Amino acid sequence: MSIEPRRPPSQFIARLRHALGGQAGWSGFVLQLLFLAATLWIGYEIVANARANLQSQRITSGFGFLSNTAGFDVSQSLIPYSGSDTYTRVFLVGLLNTLLVSVIGIFFATVIGFVVALGRLSPNWLLSRISGGYVELVRNLPLLFQILFWYLAVLAALPSPRQSVSLFDVVFLNNRGLVIPRPIAGPGFEAFAVAILIAIAAALLLRIHARRRLFEGGKPMVVWPYVIALLIGLPLLAALVFGAPFSFELPVLRGFNFAGGSRVIPELVALTLALSIYTAAFIAEIVRAGIQSVHKGQMEAGASLGLTRGAVLRLIVVPQALRVILPPLTSQYLNLTKNSSLAVAIGYPDLFSVFAGTTLSQTGQAIEIIAITMGVYLLISLLTSAIMNFYGWRLGRSLGA
Amino acid sequence: MKCVSLVFTLALAAGLSTGVADAQTLKTVTDRGMLSCGVSQGLPGFSLPDDKGNWTGMDVEVCRAVAAAIFNDPSKVKFVPLSAKDRFTALQSGEIDVLSRDTTWTLSRDTSLGANFTGVTYYDGQGFMVKKSLKVNSALELNSASVCVQTGTTTEQNLADYFKSNNMKYEVIAFGTADETIKAYESGRCDVFTSDVSQLYAERLKLSSPADHMVLPEVISKEPLGPMVRHGDDQWFDLVKWVLFAMVDAEELGITQKNVDDMAKSDKPELKRVFGTDGNLGEQLGLTKDWVSRIVKAVGNYGEVYERNVGSGSRLGIARGLNQLWNKGGIQYAPPIR
Repeated sequence: MSIEPRRPPSQFIARLRHALGGQAGWSGFVLQLLFLAATLWIGYEIVANARANLQSQRITSGFGFLSNTAGFDVSQSLIPYSGSDTYTRVFLVGLLNTLLVSVIGIFFATVIGFVVALGRLSPNWLLSRISGGYVELVRNLPLLFQILFWYLAVLAALPSPRQSVSLFDVVFLNNRGLVIPRPIAGPGFEAFAVAILIAIAAALLLRIHARRRLFEGGKPMVVWPYVIALLIGLPLLAALVFGAPFSFELPVLRGFNFAGGSRVIPELVALTLALSIYTAAFIAEIVRAGIQSVHKGQMEAGASLGLTRGAVLRLIVVPQALRVILPPLTSQYLNLTKNSSLAVAIGYPDLFSVFAGTTLSQTGQAIEIIAITMGVYLLISLLTSAIMNFYGWRLGRSLGA
Repeated sequence: MKCVSLVFTLALAAGLSTGVADAQTLKTVTDRGMLSCGVSQGLPGFSLPDDKGNWTGMDVEVCRAVAAAIFNDPSKVKFVPLSAKDRFTALQSGEIDVLSRDTTWTLSRDTSLGANFTGVTYYDGQGFMVKKSLKVNSALELNSASVCVQTGTTTEQNLADYFKSNNMKYEVIAFGTADETIKAYESGRCDVFTSDVSQLYAERLKLSSPADHMVLPEVISKEPLGPMVRHGDDQWFDLVKWVLFAMVDAEELGITQKNVDDMAKSDKPELKRVFGTDGNLGEQLGLTKDWVSRIVKAVGNYGEVYERNVGSGSRLGIARGLNQLWNKGGIQYAPPIR
């Protein structure tokens, strides 16, 4: 009688079972299937019931309103917009305004946050105390309060349009915002733009060349004077040959306000200020934690190589700290974007204000509009996360971790 | 504010998804022992809590009149302060039974919100307020001005229409609440504050020096303000509608808070019908026979409510104008109680 070895279960089936049912195997898979079915059924019931009841109460539903005329105006729009455009256009205007304030806010919050964190870690007693005080003061006051403070403080400090602070009668500052000349493309504009692109490309090539020389030949090469010469010289040359790239439309005081020129509205300034200053306090703490998580020996090793404190931070400490910093930093970016919906308090026309505010109350279609708005904030946040995760992945690869 | 609208939307979604809409508002209110009434977040003359926390104003008294008619007690009202943009969602979701919040009656609101207007408590129109120092005498001189407005109102669209049809440019800055709007106007962010005229007078009182500001003569729109109830409950719709009519009819018949008891003893057939000593008109509404005297005893007739809250007896001092009775030169008119 021979003993036959028991055949091992097929690898593929086993793996599938494990993936679908976890440790519980096939019965776990059935459970998951039931759970999914129940969830779908509940979701379907909610939607179907809501539809039926909306219909029986004769409340308008559906997304048809998006192609109706909005009939109201917006104070700041990055794309051409007038009251005779549709609600879809309003949605885009609001979305772009939200993105604008988020991007500017994220930039400044990051810069201020890093500076404050480095200040707090600085051996300079006064600098570190001031940075610490900033963090404690700013992150412990409610954001809405800070937004209103900056708005009313900015407004109170500025004069009326007729008493504007002016710089050479070209740039004007008043409580309607900062009015600057608007550049209008002239005959030499295309050549100018091409020259700038060429200059940027040449500068990048130069940098690659310099790095290669450093790594292969061990010879350092100073690039920045060439880069500056390229970036300024080429466009200047283009302007001289092909004519002025821009002419400027100057703002003129006409009636109550300035006509012509471009304008940065005080709502945008106040909101950006408040959001960057507030978020910077949190970022500063995150950056400080990240830097302190890098072992002290790294700093000492850098110093013993003869590097300056700045070079040690830039080349050794910060790249390692970034791995710790990135995940919570992403959360702060997301917070800033979502917090920008407080704009409605100071009349900045962001997505929440013009779409989930004005459009909602004019159409009364709360469920649809809130759903769209939530979806959009979710999408923005997921995209931000994805970008940051990609950056983190590249960073991890380059550090060899 | 953001949270509030989200809560209402969720309540709306939940309410709409869990069952058939409750069509028995009167029974619900009676069982609860309390009327839930949506009002503004603070508008002098219309709905504003006084220094003791009691709500006052015309819109508030309409709700008190409904409560008086049901419970014979005008204090049995829970007031829910709502921003302009949350008000309809709160009504749709069943959070409130009546929306009495200076809401303009328009076709789209009457048809698409799942709610009905029950009448007009105040005939208003949109106007403009400016600083006297601007030396502007007409709204037609407002070309290129910056205008502050509260978001979620008919005002925003009227404003766009008016400036467009007069070929004027303007900049609009829309704020979430009336308080933020008036603060921005006062700080100089805008040249003009626009709203319903009654509201302009009311908000002007909040400014540090009201005398430096003036309301321009132009009235650019029709703004009939009235209470709203949900679709699908005709009994409740009739009840709220007739409480308002009763107040107007009471003024026309000369019934006041003071003489209501004497008038109730009258032999005139018209008054006997009104006071329920003859017939059962109140019971047809689902109320008691003495519903009119309950209302008038609690808040007074329409004229008394008007004068006490927005007219000569108040700080606003707005003349009756369109809101005078139809037989005295105005357009307030109620169908007869018979």
